[in-house]
Amino acid sequence: MQEKEIWTISEITENKRIKTISFELLAWGRNLAEELKVPLAAVILGDSLKEEELRELIYRGADQVYWINHRQLVPFIVENHSNVLQFLIKKYQPQIIIAGATTQGRTLMPHLSVRLKTGLTADCTELKIEKGSGLLLQVRPAIGGNIMATIKTPEKRPQMATVRPKSKQMLPRDENRKGGIIPIKIDDTILDGRVIHLGFQKNEKEEIVLSTADVIVSGGRGLKKKDHFNLIYDLAEQLNAAVGASREAVDRGWISYPHQVGLSGKTVNPKAYLAIGISGAIQHLAGMKTAETIIAINNNPQADIFKISDLGIIGDLFEIIPLLEKKLKEKKNCHEI
Amino acid sequence: MKIIVPIKQVPETSQVKINEETGTVIREGVENIINPLDLYAIELAIELREEQGGTITVISMGPPKAEIALREAIAMGADEAILLSGKEFAGSDTWATAYALATLIKKIQPFDLIVSGERATDGDTGQVGPGIASFLNLPLSTYTRKIESIDNQHIVVQRLIEEGSETLKMPLPALLTVVKEISYPRLPTLRGKQKARTIDIPVYSGEDIGIPEGEIGLKGSPTKVVKIYRPQITRKGTLLVVKDEKTLSESIDRLISFLEEKKIISF
Ligand SMILES: Cc1cc2nc3c(=O)[nH]c(=O)nc-3n(C[C@H](O)[C@H](O)[C@H](O)COP(=O)(O)OP(=O)(O)OC[C@H]3O[C@@H](n4cnc5c(N)ncnc54)[C@H](O)[C@@H]3O)c2cc1C
Ligand SMILES: Nc1ncnc2c1ncn2[C@@H]1O[C@H](COP(=O)(O)O)[C@@H](O)[C@H]1O
Repeated sequence: MQEKEIWTISEITENKRIKTISFELLAWGRNLAEELKVPLAAVILGDSLKEEELRELIYRGADQVYWINHRQLVPFIVENHSNVLQFLIKKYQPQIIIAGATTQGRTLMPHLSVRLKTGLTADCTELKIEKGSGLLLQVRPAIGGNIMATIKTPEKRPQMATVRPKSKQMLPRDENRKGGIIPIKIDDTILDGRVIHLGFQKNEKEEIVLSTADVIVSGGRGLKKKDHFNLIYDLAEQLNAAVGASREAVDRGWISYPHQVGLSGKTVNPKAYLAIGISGAIQHLAGMKTAETIIAINNNPQADIFKISDLGIIGDLFEIIPLLEKKLKEKKNCHEI
Repeated sequence: MKIIVPIKQVPETSQVKINEETGTVIREGVENIINPLDLYAIELAIELREEQGGTITVISMGPPKAEIALREAIAMGADEAILLSGKEFAGSDTWATAYALATLIKKIQPFDLIVSGERATDGDTGQVGPGIASFLNLPLSTYTRKIESIDNQHIVVQRLIEEGSETLKMPLPALLTVVKEISYPRLPTLRGKQKARTIDIPVYSGEDIGIPEGEIGLKGSPTKVVKIYRPQITRKGTLLVVKDEKTLSESIDRLISFLEEKKIISF
């Protein structure tokens, strides 16, 4: 291979399916690969994956797949994955590596970048190629999202970045795409047996609802106290919606952490997102700005949430929500009669 | 049990402004605090010490005033503190920061556990903890939400992942980065505050810990910031203002019909 490749680090589920983030990474990588005119390869570490499943990576944009098959690579243990990737990267010398800003990617990539003595940019929201130099420009929010920073790694290789899940649409599936699947054998000695995976506990139901809900009603510090969160629960019930919250509301103990939407909480993608008493800090927006419709209720006309809302009401939520609930109830009753 | 907690002093993020012309962060007049998540790391260390005995060393790399953060950690209950400071550290990215902190930790070993925050609110990368573990070749658990058990040889932890949580058993010494479910940070105690006022906090330079110039700071950092700017947000829809009973009622009617248009509700 002459031109150095771009790599994406794929992730798989417990039952050996490729996670969507892996395909999103290929969409990111495809743009960069076209620009640099180099091949795009998906790397996948797993155990007894099916070839037809691996083909999906090709259909979604990869030119080839490096497939490392070993029983001890599932479940993810950072030390093992980092060791294997170090070995591969030294062998194939890719110029760019991107991974998801997931709990896995955000654990693996810093571990790996230290070993490779190269730079890593976390949580990128945009990646592009610098004209002339061909360097990777990594754009990410910093200082609590108050600023955006463009970062590059001028000398060290590979250039590494993690990107936020759901910040790019995966490419349409194209069964005509061709590409090789390259199985790679690894020696047992490069695995690290120190950490033992003892078990896995699945999320409770309420959490799943939030990340897959069509409608979300979220409350923030504007609610003023825990009891007032009932307004949010009631409205959510009427709208058949999941309940979300800002970090301020979670930090104050009004609602539990799994409900937190935003940079350090969940990224959600509902049809409609109602932000109530939420200022719209960039970290909160990071988790919900892709919602199809955003509705905000806030008494501060300057609140940033209004800058991204389709419908905003400037007013006191304690006047608006109860009346809204009353009117919704009336409408419902009147149609039931 | 000896526990090391790396903590970072950060600006209160909601107050940070930037100078758009120079593209630099204006830190003047901004209050500095211990990185919020690091309070959880300190708290966990204190709880483990209460249970297991031992000492807690808090360390930080930063400007001279980062000493204040270290004293705050002493006031909460840490036993000793060390500051890495000097212009040679300025401009370090996460790689260089992890390198400097790992080098200091090597100097003060042995230890049983390192606990760091999952991420700092300013850089907001979450890369320094895993980076230190990688430099020191320590078993690593990120997003740690619970300690199930600990003895002299092993620690069993739960870490949060997207689908739920998983349990890992790791030999000590190890490194944990913690999320806020781990505990609830205590307030400084009177005794702690007294200790914090008088304790001697050694300040080491790069040379003191044997790091050659050029391997840390701006020069030693693989990543370079090209520019910084304020994010632009685009999407602007209808804004309704509630001024009185009438506009209140109208706004709500408009909201309801909007919800109907968007097929979010139907009657
Ligand atoms: C590293 C990092 C990660 C973060 N991650 C997240 C995250 O994941 N999720 C998140 O949400 N935040 C996150 N934050 C915090 C974020 O910066 C904001 O602090 C937070 O989103 C603010 O929450 P809020 O909007 O509820 O509170 P505030 O900013 O205090 O806003 C409250 C709003 O309520 C309005 N209000 C008050 N009273 C009324 C009333 N009677 N009627 C109507 N409106 C009223 C006010 O005008 C105000 O706009 C993060 C911060 C950092 C630094
Ligand atoms: N300069 C520093 N000094 C000490 N600890 C740090 C420093 N920077 C980061 N850390 C630790 O690493 C964690 C993650 O920071 P970051 O990678 O910057 O998001 C923090 O919560 C701290 O525990």
